[in-house]
Amino acid sequence: MTEILGIPVAVIPGQLMLGLVNGSFYAMLSLGLALIFGLMGVVNFAHGAFYTLGAFAALLGLQWFGINYWIALLLAPLVVGLLGILVERLLLRRLYRLDPLYGLLMTIGLALIVEGSLHQVFGSSGQSYPVPAALAGALDLGFMILPLYRAWVIIASVVVCFATWFVIERTRLGATLRAATENAPLLQAFGVNVPLLMAATYGGGVALAALAGVLAAPVVLVNSHMGTSLVIVVFAVVVIGGMGSMLGAIVSGLVLGLVEGFTKVIYPEASNIVVFIIMALVLILRPAGLFGKE
Amino acid sequence: MRSTGLFYALTALFALCAPMLGLYPVFMMQLLCFAMFACAYNLLLGFGRMLSFGHAAFFGSAAYATSWLVTAHAWGPAAAILGGVVVSGALGLAIGAIAIRRHGIYFAMITLALAQLAYFVCLEAPFTGGENGLQGVPRGSLLGVLPLRSDLAMYYLVLAAFLAVFVFIRRVVHSPFGQVLKAIRDNESRAISLGYDISRYKLVAFVLSATLAGLAGSLKALVLGFVTLSDVQQSTSGEVILMTLLGGTGTFFGPIVGAALVVTLQQYLSDIVGGWVTAIIGAVFVACVLSFRRGIVGELAALRLRH
Repeated sequence: MTEILGIPVAVIPGQLMLGLVNGSFYAMLSLGLALIFGLMGVVNFAHGAFYTLGAFAALLGLQWFGINYWIALLLAPLVVGLLGILVERLLLRRLYRLDPLYGLLMTIGLALIVEGSLHQVFGSSGQSYPVPAALAGALDLGFMILPLYRAWVIIASVVVCFATWFVIERTRLGATLRAATENAPLLQAFGVNVPLLMAATYGGGVALAALAGVLAAPVVLVNSHMGTSLVIVVFAVVVIGGMGSMLGAIVSGLVLGLVEGFTKVIYPEASNIVVFIIMALVLILRPAGLFGKE
Repeated sequence: MRSTGLFYALTALFALCAPMLGLYPVFMMQLLCFAMFACAYNLLLGFGRMLSFGHAAFFGSAAYATSWLVTAHAWGPAAAILGGVVVSGALGLAIGAIAIRRHGIYFAMITLALAQLAYFVCLEAPFTGGENGLQGVPRGSLLGVLPLRSDLAMYYLVLAAFLAVFVFIRRVVHSPFGQVLKAIRDNESRAISLGYDISRYKLVAFVLSATLAGLAGSLKALVLGFVTLSDVQQSTSGEVILMTLLGGTGTFFGPIVGAALVVTLQQYLSDIVGGWVTAIIGAVFVACVLSFRRGIVGELAALRLRH
């Protein structure tokens, strides 16, 4: 077997593939985070909790009502998105005129409520979600075995991310959204229903997180703390990419996933911390983030 | 002002007599350690308006360092505590120097991410005991003369340390340094235009806060005789934020009240509601942010001002 630096070449594509799968989740989550932050100035710490809720919605939908994967892919984000709208209407909107730190603190509380309750009801051991039959196989590419489901996760998330980007950068709705980011009171004076726009944005952002949760359900164990550590990495991704640009969030999510996968090959001990080290380096060299403007 | 002095005197008297009143000393010590942790945190959040989301890294790293020095190198408690405090101070310098490059929520996210780095180091380093942490940490005897095996002796040591930290933080806040820090908190641009090197002030505040948080962690490790991963975990960072917020950020007494409430809640509530404690703490967080942002002590002070 050929080796590079003492590592069998054959394992490299597989690990990079896994890294790209993680990167897809980072991209979807950081995109939603950047969307919510851009419009509402809220750092949504509960983002990981909504991701977990998405996965649980799929799992419980299957166990209790026999809802299959494909329907869950639509239904879970919808349900979680509606929940997000409720949260925005009832809780978050009271904090808009205050220091953004209060939004962060409030969403920490929300995350604790969601994760604490899920932990209490469903225990700490994870449950597995079956891979849908249509995507169960694997493809032999010659140089690596490609599990179909993982390929699907990457394609689906890239499509979803770029669709979101397209809506925001290239459509009229997106233009309105961006205008609200620039100057909400002025936009409201033009007769646009800005509070509704904000509720919809929060709902949309957390729906994206829930969608990532459903996509993740068959490849990870569904448990109450699956979002906790993920959201911290995603925060680091957002700091690296800079909150300014959607594209930055998507690209840095995917790239950092790849870097993490690559680190797992060459120096496994560091794979958990490589993103944080890159964040520290970026902050030292370019405090505004790679794609940020300040 | 007189009533405040009386209040302090009564509280100090209560703390001195607590072991005689039949309160479980280990519980009281734990409470004091978290109160010290929250006071150290409040120095940063209340007087510098820097929301660190990574203070568990300092609390936990000092706890690990002290435990490791005592178990693997048989250091005495005083030297081991000093060692722990040096570690947390150095870590504070490293994390602080990076984090103060950004403001507000970015600052929070950066401290969170860097603290997670510290967490993974504690999880994977060869001398931290991995998932188990370090167990059976002996208290030894202070400077070779005062055995700390008895809970009473340990209690008075922790109490003395706590009072020293409390007085120290008051002095820092009322010093010229503290005044500049508050000026930066209230209007950063103005402080810059007045010629203050604000990064230096912020960094000093950060390192001070990290060091004192470390002292609390070291003491806690000796009190309980073990250190676990939960001491460096993000949930502990969240707890200290809640303690400070609940009691009242920017007040001297608030963090103590907050820490007492949260520690008591965790201790006794878990008997009644079991695993729902986390969710209840989350609900307290939400309620606090929604309805009494000044915290218990802050709201009481505001009430008194109005009359």
